[in-house]
Amino acid sequence: MKKPLKFRLPKGQCWTIGVPYFWLLMFFALPFAIVLKISFSTPIISIPPYEPLFQYAEESLQIMLNLGNYLLILDDSLYYNAYLSSLKMATISTIGCLLIGYPMAYAIARAPKRNQTMLILLVMLPSWTSFLIRVYAWMGILSNNGVINNLLMWTGIISEPLQILNTNTAVYIGIIYSYLPFMILPLYANLSQLDGSLLEAAADLGSRSLNTFWKVTLPLSKGGVIAGSMLVFIPVVGEFVIPELLGGPDSLMIGKILWQEFFNNRDWPVASALAIVMLGLLIIPITLFHRYQAKEMEKTA
Amino acid sequence: MKKLNFSTVMLWAGMFFLYAPMFILVIYSFNESKLVTVWAGFSTKWYGELFRDQQILDAVWTSLQVAFYASTMAVILGTMAAFVMTRFARGWGKLTLSNMITAPLVMPEVITGLSLLLLFVHMADLFGWPAERGMLTVWIAHSTFCAAYVAVVVSSRLREIDRSVEEAAQDLGATPFKTFFAITVPMISPALVAGWLLSFSLSLDDLVIASFASGPGATTLPMVVFSSVRMGVSPKINALATLIILIVSLIAFISWYFARRADIKQRSSSA
Repeated sequence: MKKPLKFRLPKGQCWTIGVPYFWLLMFFALPFAIVLKISFSTPIISIPPYEPLFQYAEESLQIMLNLGNYLLILDDSLYYNAYLSSLKMATISTIGCLLIGYPMAYAIARAPKRNQTMLILLVMLPSWTSFLIRVYAWMGILSNNGVINNLLMWTGIISEPLQILNTNTAVYIGIIYSYLPFMILPLYANLSQLDGSLLEAAADLGSRSLNTFWKVTLPLSKGGVIAGSMLVFIPVVGEFVIPELLGGPDSLMIGKILWQEFFNNRDWPVASALAIVMLGLLIIPITLFHRYQAKEMEKTA
Repeated sequence: MKKLNFSTVMLWAGMFFLYAPMFILVIYSFNESKLVTVWAGFSTKWYGELFRDQQILDAVWTSLQVAFYASTMAVILGTMAAFVMTRFARGWGKLTLSNMITAPLVMPEVITGLSLLLLFVHMADLFGWPAERGMLTVWIAHSTFCAAYVAVVVSSRLREIDRSVEEAAQDLGATPFKTFFAITVPMISPALVAGWLLSFSLSLDDLVIASFASGPGATTLPMVVFSSVRMGVSPKINALATLIILIVSLIAFISWYFARRADIKQRSSSA
């Protein structure tokens, strides 16, 4: 009762590659080309708010590349400072996540096997509930009449409420809180594969536990550290929601500026140029992350 | 080895850090007072207010629809991509595909959102479609970035499964197409379910990309929450947050329970 061979391999293969390929080219690669194009056009007040890049008139094709948007970014200290503070914010948050996340991932990887899934689930659970709502929770905790200030005033440590909300400290707390699971997950994946006999060997040879950690565990988990750090660093550079809700007027981040240029000033070319420069800054971390991932895939294959 | 070491202490301190804000949110959702941070007695009135807010209810419905369709599409795209990444010979095409599919994992959301919006504007200019941004454009945007997560989850599962079963099926005359649906899909079904659930919660949660990709007709829940939170803290949002936390934890524990049971069964049958 078998039907004749209808789906031969080449045809099936064609579809399996073709569909996701087409989709990604259409909705991922092409959009970036468009952003690049618009970043070179001149802003005008119309719909859409930029001048076309190519013009065909009197039998000549004119291509107008306007570098003004990029020059503006270089010239205006607002953008320059926003990039710098985004990079600083991302660096400090990544280090913070690493300092909290590494011991946590280590403890989970050392826990009895049957508890590990449960513990990882507990770490991941908060990130499945809404990101926005978790940031919002901190607004209530950090505000002038919030839980922390109430507690400190009640115990008599301070008499005036501390200004935490709408400062950079609040932004750091929010970012570390939101991105911590993204640091723990790759670290755990790496540490749980660590060969225990190497640690035993080090102990047998008389290495103290701290020394073993620096000389054996940490170097072996380098891949996990890189992956986790990149998963935190790259998105934080473009972060918009956390500085908008927890930060004050002085917490300038490039994601926030881009959003404002786009939605409030309706300056699409400058917003596109900001995005292109941001991508340029992130090229190295993104390549690092991809290299790590390719290596991981090779290892398990 | 029973002594309390540094990493265990950090683990529990970290867990406290992760959960304390959510507990505080839940407690304050039962606060009588309009001021979110002043306790004025137990009350469930904010839940009542929440269910009378038509704007929020509409947004919940929109979000659920978008998340359902987006996660379904993401599972289809992500599984196909994962199949290419794990089963096909190495080559230029495979490399670009795996780079493109994993890129949204790390790309800052503002960049993804901005680029998709500009694409939709261009397409409307060139072919008059999509005439208006709305649920369809949000669906496209969400399917694209969720597919990345599905591809990662499914490809790690595809690498683990025993390929000899697939080969046996093909030796017995099954077409690759039939082998895939009769043999491979059942074997990777936990990963498909996990990928779908992950996509669903990612899509429900997304604010930045949805804000760029949607038009006036389609406001998702995070967009409503964001605009009301920007105006100031509101006890209605506390009630909403509590419900979300409750539902998500329930789903997570149910799926964990079933995964564990399946795991135990598998282990006892193979032993």
